Amino acid sequence: MSALGDASAGDQLEPRTVTITRADLVAYAGASGDLNPIHWNERVALEVGLPGVIAHGMFTMSLAARYVADLAGDPAAVVAFSTRFTRPVVVPDDDAGATVELGAKVTDVTDDGARTVTVTATHDGKGVLGKAVATVRPR
Amino acid sequence: MPLDASFVGRSWPAETYEVSLEKIREFATAIGADDPVHHDRDAARDAGHRDVVAPTTFPVVFTWPATRRVVDDPALGLDFTRVVHRDQSVELTRPLYAGDVVTSVVAVDDIRDLAGNDVITFRVDVTDADGDTVLTTRATLVGRAEPEGSS
Repeated sequence: MSALGDASAGDQLEPRTVTITRADLVAYAGASGDLNPIHWNERVALEVGLPGVIAHGMFTMSLAARYVADLAGDPAAVVAFSTRFTRPVVVPDDDAGATVELGAKVTDVTDDGARTVTVTATHDGKGVLGKAVATVRPR
Repeated sequence: MPLDASFVGRSWPAETYEVSLEKIREFATAIGADDPVHHDRDAARDAGHRDVVAPTTFPVVFTWPATRRVVDDPALGLDFTRVVHRDQSVELTRPLYAGDVVTSVVAVDDIRDLAGNDVITFRVDVTDADGDTVLTTRATLVGRAEPEGSS
């Protein structure tokens, strides 16, 4: 039984720190087909007024959904995920990359065992995902 | 320029996408999802699935391009260079598997003006070869207002 499978409403789950490098963004661009240059080209990012190359919002959302899948112990149990992209994650041109802190809290448990999980994602102490909510339904 | 409100409720011709084992593996690897159900057919079957399982956010691989073709419709009046992706959701009715041949229909759910910025929500309904619902994605995009002095 996973930690999430045992959790009650109000329970905070094990947090996780993830790092995002430029290489991760290039791999995600290729895998997702989102080739927008603001996610890999500093010149273009600066030209459009960004502070630098930023992560795809969908990449950060994907890392958050994977985190919930790992908490659930079953990727197929994560049947819904929704979020707002509140701030960009600027990814520096170095080997360390950008750090995102992920947290999760169970906010509801239904009679059939489905859990509503509210997810937080912060970078430099500020939220990058807003109203991020996953629905986890055991199979 | 405000968006053409007559687009609300409109949908566009369906597009078909064939989900492959290798694309699921590539996507899962890119997001660090190392659970074997995304990579290994036998492991997926041992876990009760009929084939490898796509990660929850995988559907954007085909729902985003389908949406993008509508975004780029000049009649809509959205300048993509000023577009910010504000919200995204994915709701799965069942797991998406390698081998699924799915059909996406893009519709405009909502168009509104927020302090001079255009806010538009696209819904993509995805069905399988039997016509059964697999998932729905929603994306809300904001077309930022032109800066003062530009035309």
